[in-house]
Amino acid sequence: MDLRAYVLRRLALTTLVLFGVLVVTFLLSHVIPADPIGAILGPQAPPELVEKLRREWGLDKPLHEQFIDYVCRAVRGDLGRSIRTNRPVLQDLLEFFPATLELATASLMLGVLVGVPLGTISALRRGSWIDHAARVFVTLGVSTPVFWLGLIMLMIFYYRLGWLPGPGRLDPYMTPPPRVTGLILLDSLLAGRLDAFYSALRHLAMPAAVLGWYAAAGIARITRSSVLEVMRREHVRTARAKGLLERIVVLRHILRNALMPIVTVIGTTYGGLLEGAVLTETIFAWPGLGRYSTGAFLYLDFMAVMGTTLFIAVIYSLVNLAVDLIYAYLDPRVRYG
Amino acid sequence: MSSPLLEVRDLIVHFYTREGVVKALDGVMLSVGRGEIVSLVGETGSGKTVTALSIMRLLDHNARIVRGEVLFEGRNLLQLSEEEMRRIRGREISMIFQEPKSALNPVLTVGFQLREALEAHGEEGEAALEKVLSMLRRVGLPDPERLVNRYPHELSGGMAQRVMIAMALLMRPKLLIADEPTSALDVTVQAQILELIQSLVREMNTSVLFITHDLGVAAEISDRIAVMYAGVVVEQGNVYDVFEEPLHPYTRGLLAAIPRPGRELMAIEGEVPSLLNPPSGCRFHPRCPAVMEVCKRVKPRLVEVEPGRLVACHLYGGE
Amino acid sequence: MEGARRTSIRGSLLMARLVLSSPTGFAGAVIVAGLLILSLIGPVLAPYDPYKQDMSERLMPPSWEHPFGTDQLGRDILSRVLYGCRISLSIALLVVAISATIGLLLGLVSGYFGGLVDEALMRVTDLFFAFPRLILAMAVAAALGPSIINTMLAIATVSWPVYARLVRACVLQVRNETYIEAARAIGAGHVRILFRHVLPMVVHVVLVQATLDLGSIILLAAGLSFIGLGAPPPTPEWGLMVSEGRLYIRSQWWVSTFPGLAIMISALGFNMLGDALRDAFDVRLGR
Repeated sequence: MDLRAYVLRRLALTTLVLFGVLVVTFLLSHVIPADPIGAILGPQAPPELVEKLRREWGLDKPLHEQFIDYVCRAVRGDLGRSIRTNRPVLQDLLEFFPATLELATASLMLGVLVGVPLGTISALRRGSWIDHAARVFVTLGVSTPVFWLGLIMLMIFYYRLGWLPGPGRLDPYMTPPPRVTGLILLDSLLAGRLDAFYSALRHLAMPAAVLGWYAAAGIARITRSSVLEVMRREHVRTARAKGLLERIVVLRHILRNALMPIVTVIGTTYGGLLEGAVLTETIFAWPGLGRYSTGAFLYLDFMAVMGTTLFIAVIYSLVNLAVDLIYAYLDPRVRYG
Repeated sequence: MSSPLLEVRDLIVHFYTREGVVKALDGVMLSVGRGEIVSLVGETGSGKTVTALSIMRLLDHNARIVRGEVLFEGRNLLQLSEEEMRRIRGREISMIFQEPKSALNPVLTVGFQLREALEAHGEEGEAALEKVLSMLRRVGLPDPERLVNRYPHELSGGMAQRVMIAMALLMRPKLLIADEPTSALDVTVQAQILELIQSLVREMNTSVLFITHDLGVAAEISDRIAVMYAGVVVEQGNVYDVFEEPLHPYTRGLLAAIPRPGRELMAIEGEVPSLLNPPSGCRFHPRCPAVMEVCKRVKPRLVEVEPGRLVACHLYGGE
Repeated sequence: MEGARRTSIRGSLLMARLVLSSPTGFAGAVIVAGLLILSLIGPVLAPYDPYKQDMSERLMPPSWEHPFGTDQLGRDILSRVLYGCRISLSIALLVVAISATIGLLLGLVSGYFGGLVDEALMRVTDLFFAFPRLILAMAVAAALGPSIINTMLAIATVSWPVYARLVRACVLQVRNETYIEAARAIGAGHVRILFRHVLPMVVHVVLVQATLDLGSIILLAAGLSFIGLGAPPPTPEWGLMVSEGRLYIRSQWWVSTFPGLAIMISALGFNMLGDALRDAFDVRLGR
């Protein structure tokens, strides 16, 4: 199997999974709720409106036709209309997504920058105080509820100490930079607005630190065990026997080989960060997918809830696809079969 | 034998494990002369590899060298700084291993790993590549220009071991430590690899410490032979002498355990002792057919009974 | 591997000793034992009725009468946290029991028989891994409507695939062991082989995973409640309590802090115990 066959196979598999995702969201939105329209409009809806919607959405048709309709609409990007914002769900999602992307990316970068070195050092110095400290950091990180940690940090660093700004993405009196990518950090740089950049960075710090700790904990844990495993392999001994500098042995022959499980965990961490965003965005008044979807739920905005689910599953599947492709790049055994 | 290239003196190594302290080496004595091929033979777990790794100072972190000297050209390697030792590895002493395919890094190309061995000692660029290619040719690998771009999993075991040999000899080291280099290979390939090692080291005047559990292989390749049992070198001598007239009861048992046509096969009674709690005195005494009272109490020293002929047994040279 | 097959009393004792001899394992075991005891006798210890409102006593800071203070409705937070222990633990234990059993059975069948069944089942688990757990649980909870039972259903729905995969991988390893072939050769039936020979080999893997999972399920359930998809008010559920205290975090910090600490300590206990169990099994399986 060569590289092209591998990539094609992975693409096919992703397509299959995405189709399955559609099946799941269809089941959740059309089959499981006894009365989908009731779920959408609420119990007090006038019967003629229910009847109208039922026909409009094809809910009077047999299930398999409904499914085909559903898939066709989803593929066209028609995820229905939100009753809360009265706009197409996809349009909402695209508006709210960049804030989540910015938060998740910043957290992931923090997670990698802290987690990989921490995991590596604690493996290389197994049993030392730094290893024990790292273990405490990791166990606390995976055990602390992010939504609670967010609240506590807000209380301490904003309300009590005043070191960091409170909720939101920018200081309230500041005009946001013109929206290009939706990522305020990037947009403010594009507009040459250093003040906005600085303010956005300060607002990002707390939520990113909360989610970053969670990410770093997971990444450090896997890095440690992966590095420990590679350290035992024989090729590391060969590398030392060649007289390579210890720094090169660690970077090239240990870390490089330990990278594959780390890349995988970075992929799953991304999923965890999307979850984390759902849990923390409300606290930090962060206008992202999480706040959108929790709001949608509380308003029983059914289309928006299912649309977000589908959207996040697609993003997550694409991240996993990317991980598999990086894998192929990193490991020649995958590349050449 | 005036000033050997390598001399290991009274080397004691312990491993600290969860079950307790494993006394892996208990005063190993060994020497390798210039241009000489010395075989270190013994059963699995007798401490051959630990000896080799101690010389290279590549033991795992849970190992401690308790005592002893490793003299290489008169310098005690155990007292060098880590950086001084690094300069010796690969340049003056290099090593090849039992499983050539796992001894190579699976994610780097063969060529990269070979050039790295040169870069470690300051040789870079076009000249280094040339050197790699010519070395690959010398170890009998066809089409080296293509080979350098391949990955270890694409090679057969024999090819991988040839690559390892090329890597080990790139810097023309004075000593090559070969740790069971043929044990994992097919018999036909085994013979080729042995022949290759033999001819290359003669050409380069490189000494070899050849580790094997296979007496046949040892007889074929070496000038001298050292027999290890439970962390101790029990006998050392010219390969011809040792095979013709083994002195130590363990060596005799070992030789009797080689199947030969027309002779009854003899097994050594008992089991290899646990090194967590090794026998007192001579470590072989519980299994020795010629055991005496003194063997249980006093550890025999390795003494020279004839020029170049050493044995550690109370039957000889009784103090 | 031999040792794991004889899941005997002596083996369990050895395990217990190994786990308790590590500091994390000991701390984890103490926390978990404490949680189990509290979930049994918590209501007896609670000084007040967790539902009793007293508007004259609302948002009182921690004091001798109310060690954890009172919430926005004047309810005693300590009592609510104590009652909440039973809720969180029952959710976690039930969900893990259900999803581990489902995953175990499907994984056994899938790994043992292989072929089409295996392929189909593994594609289904792929599907579940395409969603972050909380997101799918949210969608399921949204489809079913909020209640404690539905929270549990939602979490169980998204939790079993991990076990199925784990067990399957384990069975694949075990399937070709000599003693299983021997059992087959003397004519033992599939069911007998599965339950007498394969099951004991995978039980310890499931046990470690389940312990670690208890921690993450406590977090997941609390998270669902926090965003309003779990237990409805006025249930003394920890995640819900943190959420209710959100508005008061500025000056009445105790309303959210104590239930949150309870979540963290519980998750910490199961995670530490799970880590120690995993290390201990590694040692026992000869590493």
